[in-house]
Amino acid sequence: MPRYSALSLINHAITGNRDWPRAWPNPDPKPSYDVIVVGGGGHGLATAYYLAREFGIRNVAVLEKGYIGSGNAGRNTTIVRSNYMLPGATEFYDFSLQLWNSLSHELNYNVMFSPRGQILLAHSPDALDGAARRGNIMRRHGIAARLLNRQDMQDLVPHLDYRPTARFPIWGGLMQPTAGTARHDAVVWGYARAAAALGVDIIQNCEVTGFLREGGRIVGVETGRGQIRAGKTGIAVAGHTSRLGEMAGLSLPIESHLLQAFVSEPIKPLLDYVIGFGGHGHFYISQSDKGGMVFGGDLDMYNSYAQRGNLPVVRDVAALGVSLMPCLGRVRLLRHWAGVMDMTMDGSHIIDRTPVDGLYLNAGWCYGGFKATPASGWCFAHLLARDEPDKLAAPFSLDRFRRGAMIDEAGVGPIPKLH
Amino acid sequence: MLRIKCPFCGERDHSEFSYGGDANITYPDLAAPMEAWIEAVYRRANPKGPHRERWQHIDGCRLWLIVERDTLTHEIASVTLAKAALAPLVDGQSS
Repeated sequence: MPRYSALSLINHAITGNRDWPRAWPNPDPKPSYDVIVVGGGGHGLATAYYLAREFGIRNVAVLEKGYIGSGNAGRNTTIVRSNYMLPGATEFYDFSLQLWNSLSHELNYNVMFSPRGQILLAHSPDALDGAARRGNIMRRHGIAARLLNRQDMQDLVPHLDYRPTARFPIWGGLMQPTAGTARHDAVVWGYARAAAALGVDIIQNCEVTGFLREGGRIVGVETGRGQIRAGKTGIAVAGHTSRLGEMAGLSLPIESHLLQAFVSEPIKPLLDYVIGFGGHGHFYISQSDKGGMVFGGDLDMYNSYAQRGNLPVVRDVAALGVSLMPCLGRVRLLRHWAGVMDMTMDGSHIIDRTPVDGLYLNAGWCYGGFKATPASGWCFAHLLARDEPDKLAAPFSLDRFRRGAMIDEAGVGPIPKLH
Repeated sequence: MLRIKCPFCGERDHSEFSYGGDANITYPDLAAPMEAWIEAVYRRANPKGPHRERWQHIDGCRLWLIVERDTLTHEIASVTLAKAALAPLVDGQSS
């Protein structure tokens, strides 16, 4: 596969960009593989890429029921950050951020990672104390964090509501200067192309409909394109994990919920940072490179696989947005959509073996899947290759619920809709 | 908007209700084996299709209801009281 470079851009520009080759091949499935990864989203593709590059396992297939980029990989709000507080989560997301930093060069694909900084807003003295605590924990882990006062906020984000009548008065914030956004489509395309270049088969329009078993062990999958055998099978299917789990006889600590996202018409540069708002509601916003304001809020709060959101959330998110940034009231909404989230019982993900031999699980990413893509793929590849979790993945085991070792960043207990 | 037909108040927007999750979950005896508790507290069937779930009419009569709803189409098949003993109260109201 030819490398992309400034020279290739010039060469193709001269010929009118008419003869770019496919970014990756479109093979038919082989009868068997060493490893099958079910799910061609960011996590599944990253898993296949790191299996091939880090662990030397290249006889790998990624099975995607739709097309690459059609699932949650293309439905998130593209935020990348690592401002987590609990042991396990902090290290995991920071490792992910380190991988993000070099991802474009590593994949030879511009994922437009833009570490522009993310600011968590603080709307009371107590919230500012909480922000300072979070920042201290981050710094103890070597993650950059900067506490901002009200004046800093006015300098950096002048369009928030600083009036005395503001619904949410700004007391300050916590900045992670190394956080930012990336282009989500480019992430899946980049991983797909880089994995394919290492010999991975990326098979689209290939829905898994069941598992092949021999003596209790899973030895492959039934798909819309026939049986495919595998030494090991990994599941990385986001919102539909429970469905795949049911086919394998697993009962999982997951509910599927809707999360909506929104983008406005493109406008001139307005917001230089990613802004996060929590505690009094839930809202996050950034401005895309095209100029659209990209934002989102809470779940729809009931189990659903519908991939379409409901209007009360549109109202709530719009109200929060206008409360925080009154100028947004003049901006027209361009699109809104919903993705199906694997919401777990503690708000953290699962990367683990399953009780079924030959079957491995990468699931339960709740809201946080996009930023985790590189580390998730790396850790899942490690698990599939070595049969034991990397130390970064070990806290996120399936049996943590049995052991009482939850990683509950929000501190709300086993109520998936609240994470 | 989902429209939930509350047996006491009539049909209302779902934004008046609070979602209470899978209604097939019942808590075991305190003395039950740990596995039964893990199943009840943490594991969910999470079906794609018909789902029995709890909703509370929190901005209305505050009754807990059992709603049968399809998680793919959002169609609501039935709404009944979570506590059957309260049925006479509701019957009196609707007549």
